[in-house]
Amino acid sequence: MAAAHVVTLASDTLIDAHAVDYLLIAIYFAFVIGIGVLASRRVSDSVDFFLSGRSLPAWVTGLAFISANLGAVEIMGMSANGAQFGLPSVHYFWIGAIPAMLFLGVVMMPFYYGSKVRSVPEFMRRRFGPGAHLVNAISFAVAQLLIAGINLYLLGSIVHALLGWPLWIALIVAAAIVLSYITLGGLRAAIYNEVLQFFVIVASLAPLTLLGLHRLGGWDGLTDKVKAAADANPKTVAPAADQLNSWPGDALTGFDSSFLSVIGIVFGLGFVLSFGYWTTNFVEVQRAMASDSMASARKTPIIGSFPKMFIPFITIVPGMIAAVLVSEIGKVKAGESVPGGASGDGVQFNDALLYLMRDVLPNGLLGLAITGLLAAFMAGMAANISAFNTVLSYDLIQTYIVKDREDRWYLGIGRWATVAATVIAIFTAGLASNFSNIMNYLQTLFGFFNAPLFATFILGMFWKRMTAAAGWVGLVAGTLSAVIVAFLSEDAFGSWSTGALNLSGQGASFVAASTAFVVDILLSVIVSLVTRPKPSEELVGLVYSETPRANLIDEKEATYPWYRRTVPLAAVSLVLVIILNLLF
Amino acid sequence: MAQNEKTAGLFDIRNVIGGLMAVYGVVLTLMGAFGDEEGDKTGDVNANLWAGLVLLVVGIVFLAWARMRPVVVDEEAVAEVRREDEHNL
Repeated sequence: MAAAHVVTLASDTLIDAHAVDYLLIAIYFAFVIGIGVLASRRVSDSVDFFLSGRSLPAWVTGLAFISANLGAVEIMGMSANGAQFGLPSVHYFWIGAIPAMLFLGVVMMPFYYGSKVRSVPEFMRRRFGPGAHLVNAISFAVAQLLIAGINLYLLGSIVHALLGWPLWIALIVAAAIVLSYITLGGLRAAIYNEVLQFFVIVASLAPLTLLGLHRLGGWDGLTDKVKAAADANPKTVAPAADQLNSWPGDALTGFDSSFLSVIGIVFGLGFVLSFGYWTTNFVEVQRAMASDSMASARKTPIIGSFPKMFIPFITIVPGMIAAVLVSEIGKVKAGESVPGGASGDGVQFNDALLYLMRDVLPNGLLGLAITGLLAAFMAGMAANISAFNTVLSYDLIQTYIVKDREDRWYLGIGRWATVAATVIAIFTAGLASNFSNIMNYLQTLFGFFNAPLFATFILGMFWKRMTAAAGWVGLVAGTLSAVIVAFLSEDAFGSWSTGALNLSGQGASFVAASTAFVVDILLSVIVSLVTRPKPSEELVGLVYSETPRANLIDEKEATYPWYRRTVPLAAVSLVLVIILNLLF
Repeated sequence: MAQNEKTAGLFDIRNVIGGLMAVYGVVLTLMGAFGDEEGDKTGDVNANLWAGLVLLVVGIVFLAWARMRPVVVDEEAVAEVRREDEHNL
């Protein structure tokens, strides 16, 4: 019976969408494209003002801040992680996001706001000169293309799941859809789309989680089923205790020792990867900058941290539910290979959410859920591509190759870059499809690109002795060392890894990132000590100690009641996260 | 309120959120009332109906909030954004 069921699925479409589901998808895109078209026709003479986000209160920028990264990573990656490893995946939120977000609001934001640094490449150019800037711009451009590939792969797998087309056709169609989304002005209203997306995603994932738990008989039903599944396959499935407690997370890191596992999570994920991601990600930082005052800018990530800490309950928990409720995912977890899946090449953990939607949501809610996923991946990929095209046309071509043309010429280059990046993303999507858990791949990439960047950035910001040569040497060495660790590990690079080091799972990417960080800092310090530093008057606004204190304070903030001030709010958030860690 | 003060109207994000949520609420409520409940999937809960009603309430709250406390356009800030835009393009 079960076998026959699987066979029919492989030939049929994974998701059986009805007219009402397509209607809900169409309504969403009518809203989004409608805003884009109204914006480009300038129906209202103040439209730019609204779309730029300058009128938005902190609750909106806070949601946009969360939503800008509630894309492929969070939704599919975290549910895949939940299905594979269970509760330890919450570390990506409670250790791997909240502390860094609070640090961003309390320490970094006044510095960004006061120093007028507007992007990471800009900081690199002004702080270290062309060497570090060039390295950073190239590695950023490559990273955007690779991450766009992840978004496109997930988008293509949904198209495949809906319509049953072969993955490569689905990828090309999905790429064409994203291209038209960008052309029709979808990015103009990026903040609006992000906030809308947030509501659609919550409105579909919350019922999915509740219905799933209802089917299993509540939380106790879920834990009973997880225990039963672990006992039935002790060789392939991690012990239930590891899946149902967040610490020490051995299953997640793949380390044999609980002590090392905790160190790996706290230093590798909690410090290097997460601080690297949140403090140097200017797509995120600009959401905060869009608000009306420094006080609001500082509060943006802190307000965002409150919804952020509860997102695991609608992403990781559905993954855990899928692993015991959906027979296909349960079999994959037990080590069997099951044909079908969203990509058509066999069921993977990445498919956990789609299968759960198929099994639990009635038509109607199903359409809402598909809308949320499509919207998140499209907007995510569009953002990657537009970031790529800005860096390519201005940071690389205008700075180093063709200088002194008029703006129109660079805009033209930008359009071609958009098309080229979309085509390249079809190939990088192929790379992404090699990973059965997309989170492994993404964390590996972050280790290559974000970890060394964070090391150079933070050292350059707090140590005025650091020199220009140290800037680029540290970045190059950091990235190379992370790549080497990934090659030597068992699976951080998929089938290309050699397995010389006994590292697997996400622990391998934590180690790669930590190595990159340490190598970067060490080499930067050594090179700085043998080269000449920049004179301190050139470092005003770029190094913490050389920036006037007055630039870092918003006087009005002291007059607000405590629940509107940055530091007390951050303290509340921190206490809540500690409580969550103790509970789970 | 003075005559020449403009409100955000359609571009107030609360109207956009409220509008979308309310439309979704109506569609799902109708599905819940007249469509197939698909109790084998949901464990005999009328999921569309409940989700639809919640979305309808959320949508109406956002629309009412935008109506009761409209955002007034700050002409000076609009001009500043326009200058920046021209500089960038």
